[in-house]
Order: sequence, then C-alpha cells, then structure tokens
Amino acid sequence: MRQTAGTSARQMRRATASLLLHMMVLGLAAAALAPFAWLICAAFKSQADLFAYPFLPWHDLRRLTLENFRVLFTREPFAAWLINSIFLASTTTVLVVTLSSLGGFALAKYRFRGRGVLIWVMLGTMLLPGVVLLPGSYLLMYTIGWVNSYLALVVPSAVSVFGMFLFMQAMRAVPDELLQAGRIDGCSELRLWWEVALPIVRPMVGAFTLLTFLGSWNSYLWPQIILQNEAKYTLPIGLANMVAVPEYSSDYGVLMAGTLLSVLPVMVLFFALQRDFIAGLSSGAMKG
Amino acid sequence: MKRQRSWWQLQARAAPYLFVLPFVLLFCAFQLYPLGRSLVISFYDTAGPRATRFVGLENYRYLLGDKLFWGALANTLYYAIAFLAVQIPASLGLALLLNSRKLKWRGFFRFAFFSTHLVGHVFVAVLFAALLSPRQGPVNELLSAILGRQVEIMWLTTPSLAMPAVLLAAWWLSIGYGMIYFLAALQAVDQSLYEAAEVDGAGRWAKFRHVTLPGIKPVLTFLIVVGMIGALQLFELPYVLFGGPGPNSRGVTVVMYLYLAGFELGNLGYASAVGWLLFVIIMGISIMQVRMMRMTRED
Repeated sequence: MRQTAGTSARQMRRATASLLLHMMVLGLAAAALAPFAWLICAAFKSQADLFAYPFLPWHDLRRLTLENFRVLFTREPFAAWLINSIFLASTTTVLVVTLSSLGGFALAKYRFRGRGVLIWVMLGTMLLPGVVLLPGSYLLMYTIGWVNSYLALVVPSAVSVFGMFLFMQAMRAVPDELLQAGRIDGCSELRLWWEVALPIVRPMVGAFTLLTFLGSWNSYLWPQIILQNEAKYTLPIGLANMVAVPEYSSDYGVLMAGTLLSVLPVMVLFFALQRDFIAGLSSGAMKG
Repeated sequence: MKRQRSWWQLQARAAPYLFVLPFVLLFCAFQLYPLGRSLVISFYDTAGPRATRFVGLENYRYLLGDKLFWGALANTLYYAIAFLAVQIPASLGLALLLNSRKLKWRGFFRFAFFSTHLVGHVFVAVLFAALLSPRQGPVNELLSAILGRQVEIMWLTTPSLAMPAVLLAAWWLSIGYGMIYFLAALQAVDQSLYEAAEVDGAGRWAKFRHVTLPGIKPVLTFLIVVGMIGALQLFELPYVLFGGPGPNSRGVTVVMYLYLAGFELGNLGYASAVGWLLFVIIMGISIMQVRMMRMTRED
C-alpha cells in the first residue's frame, strides 16, 4: 500500500517536471518566434494600425491591407530584386558546390604533384578575414571592368576554401575499392566523381548547398560595393537602401513587407530540407 | 583500339589536375592576387582607384594615432565579448533543455530555435529598427507592460544603448544556431560515462562538470573561436540599424571604419592597412583563446 503511494508520488513529480520542461521550452520558443509573428502581422497592417495593435487588430480584421505589398511592387523595383537574388544565389551555389566537390574529390582520392603546396596555401588564407581582400578585389574589378557587373559577384565567389576542405574530409570516406571497381568497368574519372563519390557524401552536399545559398542570399558588403544601379540590386541592397529613404523610414509597413518576402524563400527552402540539413551540419561539426 | 587506350590512360593521369584546375585558377586570380594587391597598396596613399603615392608605413602610423579607429576597436571588442558571454551559455542551456529525452516535438523546437539564423543581418537590422522604435515600438511596449509604467527608450539614438541594441538583434540571431552544435555534441557523449558517474555517486553538477563538459569541449572551443572571429568582423547589423556610424559613432565597428575609409572616402590604401591590422588582431586573439582552452584541459 505504502509502496504504491510512493510510486504514484514519484509519477506525479515526474509528470510535473515534464510539464515544467515543456512549458519552459514552449515559452522560449514563443519568445524566439515572436519577432517573426510581429513581422508577418506588420506587413499586412496600415501605417495607422502598425503600432496601435501589438499583433493583429482582432476586432476588425477587415483593417488588414495588401497596400504595403502594392507599394513594394509598383513604386520600387522589388520584383527585379527578388529575381536578381534568386538568380545570383542559385548560380553562385551551383558553381561553388561543383568546384569544391570536384577539387575536394581530387585532394582526397589522388596523389598528385602540387597537392601538398595547394593544401598549405589554402590553409594559410583560411585565417584571413574576408575584408582584407576587399580593397584589392575592388581594384581588380575596376581594372578588368567588372564594376557594376554580375560577373564580379559570381566568379570570385565560386572559390570556397572552406568548401574544398569540407569535401576533402567527406570524400575520404569513399572506398578506394569502389573507385577501382568503377575503373575496371570503364568509368572515366569524371564519372567516378559524379556517379560514385558524390552520392556517398550526399547529406553533406545538401547541408553545404543550403549554407552556400543562404550566405549568397544574405550577402551585403561586396554586392553593395559592386552594384551601382537600382535595377541590378539584390534584396539586401534594395531593402537597406529603402531604409535610408525618409519616406519609408517612418513607414515600417512597407519595409516589413519587403523583409517578409526576403526571408520567406529561405525559410521555406530550409523547412523543406531540414532533416537532411541538420544531419549534415552536425556530422560536419563532429568532425571539426 | 590503341588510340582508345592511350586516351584512357591520359584522362586517368590528368584527372586530378583537371579537377583542381578551375579552383586553382580562380583562387589565384580572385584571392591570392587581390590579397597581394591589398598588402602593396596598404603602403600607398590613394584617392579612388587611380591616384596613388607611396607613403611607406604612414597609413599604419596614422591609423594607430586615430581616435576614431580606437573607438571602433573598443566598440567591436565590447560587442564581441558581450555577444559570446551571453550566446555561449544560452545556447548550451537551450541545448541541455532540448536534449532531455522527455521532451516531445523535439524536431519542431530545434527548427524553431534555429530558424532565426536564416534571417540575414540586413533583414534583422530592418526588423529590429522597427521593433526598437522609441514610440510604441513593440520592445518598449513589452517593457512598459512588464514594468507597469510607460517607457520610451530611445534605443537607436542614445549613444550608450547603441551596442546593446545591436547585441539584442545578434543574440536573437545566433543563440539557436549555437544550440544546434551543442545538441549534436551532447548526443555524441558516451551514455555509459553517465552511468559510471552515477555508480560513483556523482550528482547533477558533478556529472555536468566531469562528463558533459569534457565531451562537448571541442564544439565549445569551435564556437568560441569561430564566434569571436565572426564578431570581430561585425558590419551590416549596425550599419543598417543606424544607417551609418550610429549615435556619437558608438555603432562604428572596425569593418565599418574600413568600409567608410575605403569606399565612402575612397582611400583604398588606408582601408587595406585597416584590414591587415584587423588580421593581426584576429590572429592574436584566436591564438590566445586556443591556448586558454588548452590550459583548462582536465587532467
């Protein structure tokens, strides 16, 4: 009798602890997500309502409006910025992933002249902060006439020392016997890369692809230096410049609509691929 | 037949060189060459991309005597230290909560906390400019509700609040990100070590101190060193949040100083000198951190 009372008390305590844990995590998650909720609401509110209601004017939802989005697409070339961003981020990502996986494959699976030197030089540049390159890169772009050209955004960004090392590490897991078997079957070295090595490191490719896309999508400093006319802007440049316009700096609704549309695509992308992504990211971290 | 075989051997022999060739070419052209050029022009006085005059170490000498630069460095260090001092424990605490086996919907929570990291610095700055607006801004309204009286904090125009405002945005952005790494590390800690510790009569704190902490130390070191390197290069967040240097130049960071000198005033040589000095600072701090983490090794 006493024993059952003891176990039920323990169960009670356990249930309370579990409830407390869930409430705490839920509360924290709500705090982390609250700015998103506010952002979504703000994008659909008129300027008069923006700060008048913490989130939505629940008593009269007809007050919500699409005006902010209309302003964004009619008075600003927002559609062009969106397309530019999608184009630049995709192109850069495809280039980076291709070059890094190809190079990483060579570094991991072949012994060739210059390999050691290359690895050392790459390691050396990894410690340099990216901004050291800025003045020299700008001068180079000026010399070859790439200022205000997308070439300046895509071509130099195709180089990723980090990506090379990541793929080099991952490709070590590709068994040599498998490659040898492929060679006996008459596979060219290029096909070995594409059909044997890449599928084996797939989770990492997914994570790296997403991270590269995200980095390019959000990049500001270099495009801000290179791009000079509005039609060529990307989302971060366009939006940051809108903040500086007095007309918008008081009208947050339009800015919030722009921010929402800038954040949404990557959110959807990551949400769709999150299982692959998080597995890949953590496997990279454990090795690092 | 013979021609085919020689082609076959050739492609096998040349393959590794061809595979690294595109990378090596671009790497030399767009990383090594600009790097060298940055070093060279740091010894020149420049006005725009054309006019240059050799001045030796004059840029560095001027830089070390410029009060604005020291202010920028102080702001940056303040930010970096405060950032890590909150982000690391908060990320670890969150990871410990989420690592509990009793927790349901773990996948959802993991994504919820991580999702803030997807928002680029520029977008976070635009969002927080609205959240922190002085009159009826949501952050001030929340504080008013908690304190029970109306507060109107001028977050973005008060000099002493400039970096705290940036920090709020930065923490929101990166606590969940750090959590992902800690969570992966926690899940890799050998469970039998906990059982062994329990047999030895270790309490919660002792288990954390002697099993968990050593187990996650590589990730901890990684997050501190890489987080520091990133924090020392802060730029977009204050630049967009304040639309420039901020109140009393209290939002100026080292990279913003570099950007203003090189690309708004057009002195690329001077900007290069700032970049190289930043490199030296980052190297020094990173080496120090790695040494310190080694010293705290458990015997």
